[in-house]
Amino acid sequence: MVYISTILVILSVLFSAGLKVGDQAVDFELKNIDGQMMSLASNEQAKGYILVFTCNTCPYSVAYEDRIIQLHEEYAPKGYPVVAVQPNNVQRSPGDSFDKMKQRAKEKGFSFPYLIDETQEVTRAYGATNTPHVYVLNREAGDRFVIEYIGAIDNNSRNAADADQHYVQDALDGLIEGKGVQTTKTKAIGCTIKWAS
Amino acid sequence: MLRYLITLLISLVLFTCSTIPTPKVQVIKFDTLELLMTRDSEKVEVINFWATWCKPCIKELPYFQELHNLRSYHVNVTLVSLDYVDVLHEKVIPFVEMRQLTPQVMLLDEIDYNSWIDKVEPSWSGAIPATLIINHKTGERRFLERELKTGELTQIIDEITT
Repeated sequence: MVYISTILVILSVLFSAGLKVGDQAVDFELKNIDGQMMSLASNEQAKGYILVFTCNTCPYSVAYEDRIIQLHEEYAPKGYPVVAVQPNNVQRSPGDSFDKMKQRAKEKGFSFPYLIDETQEVTRAYGATNTPHVYVLNREAGDRFVIEYIGAIDNNSRNAADADQHYVQDALDGLIEGKGVQTTKTKAIGCTIKWAS
Repeated sequence: MLRYLITLLISLVLFTCSTIPTPKVQVIKFDTLELLMTRDSEKVEVINFWATWCKPCIKELPYFQELHNLRSYHVNVTLVSLDYVDVLHEKVIPFVEMRQLTPQVMLLDEIDYNSWIDKVEPSWSGAIPATLIINHKTGERRFLERELKTGELTQIIDEITT
């Protein structure tokens, strides 16, 4: 299984510029801050995931931390937990090291996994470009997850109360209510991912 | 006596005004940026999207300063800050003053990013630094959503103007 996911990751890195809405999500094996490895298949109860590429050091990621926590609190009980992935190379961004990730998660009381993508293969496979960058995944059958939404959390990074478009919430509500997702892709200003040089 | 006082007051006001520098950073909406991108100009338009919190952006600012110093006769450099307008006085203006940046600096106050990113460039994911280079005469455009290498900027401008 691990081999298959590795092959899938390598294939998608080679043949595409990242995953698109409608594509099957690539599973992975990444280390959580508790030291355990995690994959999409490891949570059998999940109906899907809110996969967030985010980090400690980007001001936009920090601005969205509380909203990411709220998304998890609201949607994990409905079957869609948050899985956060730190995509930056830690040599280029020392503030995003594994120890700093643990520290930040403790300070903010993250109740969701915060994984490190040391080789950046998963980040590349998904085609994440900036932080925070959200992928909403929905389980179709077995361990097959499909990407239903890619983009920003809402349309006001500065102030949650001023946002009048809640893209991720709307996508999740659409999935939960069986109405489908209206807005499937959005863009936002964010920090570029720090790739290994 | 009163006349003297008034003259003194007027000259004082004039003096003070003349020592106030022109605003270092212009706060703009998208329409101003759109004008820059679409205007009729002989000069090559170089628009760099940056922010004070963005380390790779700060690292490449000297390339734009140098370009402005050496080639402003045929290149128009604009540095568009994507900092929040709330930190204009606290961060952006002091940064511009400290770095003594002389190209035009604008702060784009448009928080609903998804409403305008595609209008700048459909391929832009929204990550910064990002740089847009336009030859208004030929309509040729280059968009770079990454850090620039030394010499790359002038090389692209040469490519786009010949």
